[in-house]
Amino acid sequence: MVEFNVLEHELVPSHELLTPKEAEAMLKRYGITKDQLPKIRVNDPCIAALIDAGKDIKEGQIVKITRASEVAGVSVAYRLVVTA
Amino acid sequence: MARKDTVNALIRRGISAKVSEALVDGGYNLQKLKTAPFNVITRFISVEDAEELLRKLGIRKFMAEETAEAKVEPEFPDLVARMRDAKKKAKKRTKPITIPDKVQKPTKLEQLVLDQMKEESVFLPMSIVSGLAQRLRGVKRITRPMVKKLLHRVNEKFAEHSIDAHESIGIVAAQSVGEPGTQMTMRTFHYAGVAELSVTQGLPRLIEIVDARREPSTPMMEIHLKSRITKNVEEVKRIARSIELTRLHHVADVEIDINNMRIVIHPDRDKMSTKDLTFDTLKDSLMEERRISGDMEVEGKTIVITSPESTHKKLQQIMEIVRNTKIKGIDRVDRAVIKQLNTGEFVIFTEGSNLEDILDMPEIDAQRVYTNNIVEVCNVLGVEAARNTLIKEARKTLEEQGLTVDVRHIMLISDMMSNDGDIKAIGRHGISGRKSSILARAAFEITSTHLLRAGIIGEVDTLSGVAENIIVGQPVTVGTGAVELEYAPRSARKR
Repeated sequence: MVEFNVLEHELVPSHELLTPKEAEAMLKRYGITKDQLPKIRVNDPCIAALIDAGKDIKEGQIVKITRASEVAGVSVAYRLVVTA
Repeated sequence: MARKDTVNALIRRGISAKVSEALVDGGYNLQKLKTAPFNVITRFISVEDAEELLRKLGIRKFMAEETAEAKVEPEFPDLVARMRDAKKKAKKRTKPITIPDKVQKPTKLEQLVLDQMKEESVFLPMSIVSGLAQRLRGVKRITRPMVKKLLHRVNEKFAEHSIDAHESIGIVAAQSVGEPGTQMTMRTFHYAGVAELSVTQGLPRLIEIVDARREPSTPMMEIHLKSRITKNVEEVKRIARSIELTRLHHVADVEIDINNMRIVIHPDRDKMSTKDLTFDTLKDSLMEERRISGDMEVEGKTIVITSPESTHKKLQQIMEIVRNTKIKGIDRVDRAVIKQLNTGEFVIFTEGSNLEDILDMPEIDAQRVYTNNIVEVCNVLGVEAARNTLIKEARKTLEEQGLTVDVRHIMLISDMMSNDGDIKAIGRHGISGRKSSILARAAFEITSTHLLRAGIIGEVDTLSGVAENIIVGQPVTVGTGAVELEYAPRSARKR
């Protein structure tokens, strides 16, 4: 799986990196702290793909995941980047 | 704590506290000091101190060039060369990748509704917004007050149908999946529709899914092909044959020639042609098989392998390796069969799953490759893809048995399993075993171990979860119990 871009696969939803400002606004809106978020590993294939595409992703940043949901149409989730 | 230990170790050997601290600050410990260059140490401590240090520790003084990176002294040059070659082989991407835009943009009507929603501070999920926009299509004059009124009515209904806060959705989900589970059979059928391939179904499969097993008992892949090939039976057949793992014994006769203490390989021409193999490919694959320690010679249309060690046992060992040498195909893919869907396209189903290697095959529609091995999906496509696979597999298993479970319950289970970034089992080796409450864990499975260990250490249970509160008899923080009411006397109430 050398050339393949995992982000293009059918089963993979859109992953976006939040800017520190966006991240803070989101945490404030939900009234939570970073550690209360669901997590995603730094070595997750999607994070690796984002890094390959040029984004600089490090532990502590937040990824916004936009899924297609049959229940709600569109469902947004956030994941905190953690080390393995 | 490690730092204090290092400092103490130096002090014990007679080095003053100040010098020890300075050394440890510089990143040195006893081990590193033994091989540290002198002029580097003097960056942290004075020359006299350094000299005294060396005397106390009994180290020879030596100056060295500080190298940017310590070079690995090749004791076994062959090994290093191999490592270097392996690193070169670990390929990196050659073409740059772009991030695809998968977020659907709202239509004009939808955007209209969304804007009004923002103004009125109304929240509605996108499916309802789309539904509303659909109904508004064809309406001639759409005014803002009209949309506003609609939104408020829709919002009312939505609120009526929304689930109450603090509802115990976990228990409800567990029961909603557990109850149909009692109606499932333990038998496994043949996978209806695809000849020859049998996949675990029913309760055993559901257990596999929920236990986050690394390798399902019947791993399977569903491979779609690129649009130009997908209707061409012959092409698809050819690709399927090339995916199937072919070992030497499938296409050749391998015998031990006892008289001459050697192994003789007779390639079978017919079998080789069905697999699109040539004599040379056989030879090359054998050459690449590093575990064969022997010499290979070609005699006409046969290949002969002799070993320097011509003992019976060694010959047998070599024969096993030779027989199982991979010639063609993808590792772990045992069989590949073809089926035509009612859309007319041909699809390859494989027994055995190897997502990583299949994704680079050129004729395949890599974006649609599907496997039922959830942990593999997590490792190759990421945790979100694994979550989707979890939902799909669980639904499929239940629907095949004729049971209807609302997808929300399955979604909750998948979310719980995938929340930490990888796939965790539900049972005591996964989520249930990670709970911080001792009582909850003790009540779940292995009772005595948890209580005993906690008692010895002196652990504290903060009684914040459901199970532990039930055990001690306090109200549970679910539903009504999640709310604490306080009385504010008239004097304290604000206007």
